[in-house]
Amino acid sequence: MSFNVENYFSDVSNGDPILYYKGNIDSELINRVLDAVEEKLVKGNEHSKTRKKVYNVLVESLQNLYHHVDRVPHDFEDQASEKFGILAINKIKDGYKIITGNFIRSADVNDLEEKIKRINRSSHEEITELYKFILNHQRISSKGGGGLGLVDIARKTGNKLEYVFKEYDDKSSFFYLNILVSESI
Amino acid sequence: MEAIIIEGTPKTPTIKFDAKEGVFEIKGRSIPENSVEFYKPLVDWLDIYKESPLNKTVVNIRLEYFNTSSSKCILDVFKKLEAIHKAKNDVEVNWFYEEDDEDMLEAGEDYESIIRVPFKMIEIVE
Repeated sequence: MSFNVENYFSDVSNGDPILYYKGNIDSELINRVLDAVEEKLVKGNEHSKTRKKVYNVLVESLQNLYHHVDRVPHDFEDQASEKFGILAINKIKDGYKIITGNFIRSADVNDLEEKIKRINRSSHEEITELYKFILNHQRISSKGGGGLGLVDIARKTGNKLEYVFKEYDDKSSFFYLNILVSESI
Repeated sequence: MEAIIIEGTPKTPTIKFDAKEGVFEIKGRSIPENSVEFYKPLVDWLDIYKESPLNKTVVNIRLEYFNTSSSKCILDVFKKLEAIHKAKNDVEVNWFYEEDDEDMLEAGEDYESIIRVPFKMIEIVE
């Protein structure tokens, strides 16, 4: 079974789009996105607290893509992108939505889902303790990730991580992460 | 020993580690994809400094943003400082955070609870 990434994606996004990107996630792209979004937030006179949270969450989501995406399936339309990912940032009524999408090996879906579920059922204090535990005990992996990105996002936003896994074929799935950064008062 | 001075970039902080003065500073943004590459020379430098440190070492951390990958490397820096402190030398960390930036204050408190070195949390009021 196959699905169309963009059709699905437009379903989950609403509000005013600030940025939309689909393609290879490299270091240069991350720089460009961060610059563009920061400029928009400053121009939009966004409260510094909200601006910093959006920026922080954006750094972690982009670098999660950079460190963790799996190769695109052989029949996927974009074979040129070594690290294919999707990013959308939308301004909604009470904050910002940051949505990412990337391929993941179906074999790894369970572990990731368990990790997210654990974060989502934790209180703020438990997330802080989890963050400190991982910080102090886990080494940086061969992929370059520290295992802290999702925990940090949940901690800084104070919101649950919304997610969807869509099966692409028997080996690959597509992972959508939908993050809400609430407006600070 | 030679001081380490590194100019900041949009993704990496300004570094001034001066062994003669005993004042070390990390300032700006620390959000590189590969933070180990950036911090390894600093950790190696501290390994040498800790062999014959000054009686008092002051560390000023003035970060605007840092990513989770840097957070592990910053912990490695603090672990070297902890070793210096454990060897009966004075070490003080000044953790600066901008007014209202609770996330940065909490990040400083994370380190304070892990590392046995005196921390001072300093709010920067504009």
